[in-house]
Amino acid sequence: MVTAGPSPVAAPPALLTVRNLSIRYGDKVALQGVDLDVRPNEIVGIIGPANAGKTSFLRALNRMDALVPEMQVDGTITFAGRDLRDVRNLYALRSRIGVVFPLPVGLPLSIYDNVALAPRLRGVKARSELDGIVERSLRRAALWDEVKDRLKSLGSLLSGGQQQRLTIARALSQEPELLLLDEFSIAIDPVTTMRIEEVLKELRQELSIVLVTNLVQQARRLAARTAFFLGGRCVEIIATELLFSGGAKDQRTIDYLEGRFG
Amino acid sequence: MTGANPFAPTSLEGRSLASQGVAKAGFLVITLLLLIPALGIVGVLLVEGWPGMTLSFLLEKPRENGAAGGIATALVGTIWLTAVALVVALPVGVAAAIYLSEYARDNWLTRTINVAIVNLAGVPSIVHALFGVGAFVHFLQFGKSILAASCTLAVMTLPVVIVATRESLQAVPKAFREATWNLGATRWQTIWRIVLPNSGSGILTGLILVVCRAVGETAPIMFTGAVFFRQLFPNGVFDKTMALSLHLFNVSTQVTNVPRHVPFAVALTLILVVLSMNALAIWFRMRLRGRKKW
Amino acid sequence: MAANAYPPTAPPGQPAWAAALDTRNSAWWQDLVMRVVVMAGGISAILFIVAIFGFIASQGIEFIVHRLDLGALLTGVRWEPTVEPPSYGALPLIAGTAFITLVAMAIAVPLAFGAAVYVGEFARGKQREWLKIGIELLAAIPSVVWGVIGLHVMKPVIQDLFGVQVGLNVLNAGIILGLMAAPIMATIAEDALKAVPDTYREAAESLGATKWQVVWKVVLPHARPGLSAAVLLGIGRAFGETIAVLMASGHRLMIPESIFDSAATLTATIAAELGEAAVGGDHYQVLFVLGMLLFVITFAINLTADWIVRGRRRQA
Repeated sequence: MVTAGPSPVAAPPALLTVRNLSIRYGDKVALQGVDLDVRPNEIVGIIGPANAGKTSFLRALNRMDALVPEMQVDGTITFAGRDLRDVRNLYALRSRIGVVFPLPVGLPLSIYDNVALAPRLRGVKARSELDGIVERSLRRAALWDEVKDRLKSLGSLLSGGQQQRLTIARALSQEPELLLLDEFSIAIDPVTTMRIEEVLKELRQELSIVLVTNLVQQARRLAARTAFFLGGRCVEIIATELLFSGGAKDQRTIDYLEGRFG
Repeated sequence: MTGANPFAPTSLEGRSLASQGVAKAGFLVITLLLLIPALGIVGVLLVEGWPGMTLSFLLEKPRENGAAGGIATALVGTIWLTAVALVVALPVGVAAAIYLSEYARDNWLTRTINVAIVNLAGVPSIVHALFGVGAFVHFLQFGKSILAASCTLAVMTLPVVIVATRESLQAVPKAFREATWNLGATRWQTIWRIVLPNSGSGILTGLILVVCRAVGETAPIMFTGAVFFRQLFPNGVFDKTMALSLHLFNVSTQVTNVPRHVPFAVALTLILVVLSMNALAIWFRMRLRGRKKW
Repeated sequence: MAANAYPPTAPPGQPAWAAALDTRNSAWWQDLVMRVVVMAGGISAILFIVAIFGFIASQGIEFIVHRLDLGALLTGVRWEPTVEPPSYGALPLIAGTAFITLVAMAIAVPLAFGAAVYVGEFARGKQREWLKIGIELLAAIPSVVWGVIGLHVMKPVIQDLFGVQVGLNVLNAGIILGLMAAPIMATIAEDALKAVPDTYREAAESLGATKWQVVWKVVLPHARPGLSAAVLLGIGRAFGETIAVLMASGHRLMIPESIFDSAATLTATIAAELGEAAVGGDHYQVLFVLGMLLFVITFAINLTADWIVRGRRRQA
């Protein structure tokens, strides 16, 4: 009865499946028992108040626990059919997953080098190819027109909003299969946010997106399905259309949507 | 308005303000008591040593066991010792610093390494000398040579490189590392492309401090490679050599009939090298602090 | 949960890019190699400290096993290695070391702590920066230069001031070592003062305490562990100093009875005699045994100081 999104009969297998995921930092539990799938070419929205475990969830998908000593992950995550614990080359995994965090991080490199870093790591050397990737990524992140004349200047000197779009351009330069966005619009003005949302809709043709957002309406505009996280648990996952037409089953979800907390 | 200023000190507050002034002045005097010797030393060395500081003093080889002539061979020997010590200490020290800053977790190994570093820095220089004699001169059969002396200096200055480099690596924001990891960079690619280029001044500071220590130390080299008197310039790392610090010890205590200005001139040379190097390190640190771009 | 019910199985025809996840490419191997290399760099610090002890012990081991009489070494009052039969009583050296270190601390502790309080609590802005630079430069003066100062400057001053015959003595070496140890002590002490939370100071000041009362009643008591660590490290520094003390102490191999007596220290004795002693002979080996003694004592001092500082930090 509650089947949602495209017809299950025609549905391709999921790109990413998460089963019973729990995350701890030392003694502090950040996330508990989360199940979630992301299908190819789908945008999944995640909403919920602060400290719901949304950011930790994204970090686990990228196997950040392998680099951050205090982070501990239990449960099963499969990506492209592989259990993330069995992936032999985690760096290759991360290069297929783009990440954008709420606070922009302009690496202390030139704008050009910021965006060219990921392709260079992949081994792209030809100048013309790099030029192409840099321009394409910056255009998609709605930054090209503002910086095309000063690609050699330092990326960390851009304004906050520009740096965030630089971060998005950098993530797109990876040509990822999965894009993880964590409240990407916090540091960006509404007009630019709308432009990037348009880009994300186009990108759906090529990749899957997990969109953590503090703007419920952003999830409504973009996501096919939306998950509601609360206090380290995934309360429910539901087709966005259904969510906003009063289809939420859990009272806490309804309360959140109506702005009673968060 | 001129009448009662509510913020004027009451007599009680006035007294405590006065006592505060006295306390402050007292501590300033103590601080100056500590610092005046430093100025005094430089002053004495300048006054007593300046007459001897001629170009020929720097460029001529010593004669009569150092009682006459210049300090050319000692100067060149010190450059050799310092350079070789740097070549040995820098890669090992920077590697250790990278490990501690970028890889090490809070476990027994890391704690043991930190304890080892603290103790390497704290072991007396003469004990380092004994180690150099046992390990480099005899066991590794370098003989009494520049190589043995420089290795001894390198072990001794290792903590300096490690601490200075580790500090500068840790000053690079964590967010840079995570952003680069997220692009699929390996740990090493992150260190090589992002972390190290942004901590270069720190490594440079470590390098300068090593030079200061290596130039000034006497005990660790006197039994491992430096000799009291030798008129030949060293030809390679297996030669013995004179060194500025040991030469100063020599002309101060061992040789008779040394003109009074000679030890002061040697000391002045030594201290000018060391202090200018230190000033350079301080300047680097300040400049780094001044133009942090994140 | 119906929306989630898709099979988590891999697509039969894998996407081309997915193969990279199973492949350890050159970047992966480079990362592994460099990880091992830098880890080796870290471990080398442990190896060196172990090797220092090992090599020094190995040079003295024969003597330790066959001829060492620890009681005679530590309490014997005659250090006469070149007389026949030789006598290796290190008490004069131990007494000289202790006496000189004591004088050095009597000078260094007030100077270092006073400077730390001024720099940390009273000085502001540019003045503070310059004082810190001054302290740093003081610490950079090489020990052999201090030796020259003791030999050529302090010696006549002491002779004139106190009307004594011998200017190279415990006092001379103590002053020199005190000034050498003070900068590092001041730096550590200032760190300890800085670690006292500002809220303590503000609380005391709001009760009307003067700056001096705040320092004496609040800051110093709270900084006590750090200050004792500073003293310990200062002792370690003074105790281990070699060349300066060799030049300034007069190097007389007898127990000093006043601060105007010349004296010899453990470190200076090794420096003075290692060049003369026949390699592998008893004398040579005894010098290495003294080296072991120095190593063990400084190791204990450093470990204790480090433990105090770290324990404090963990509490904070």
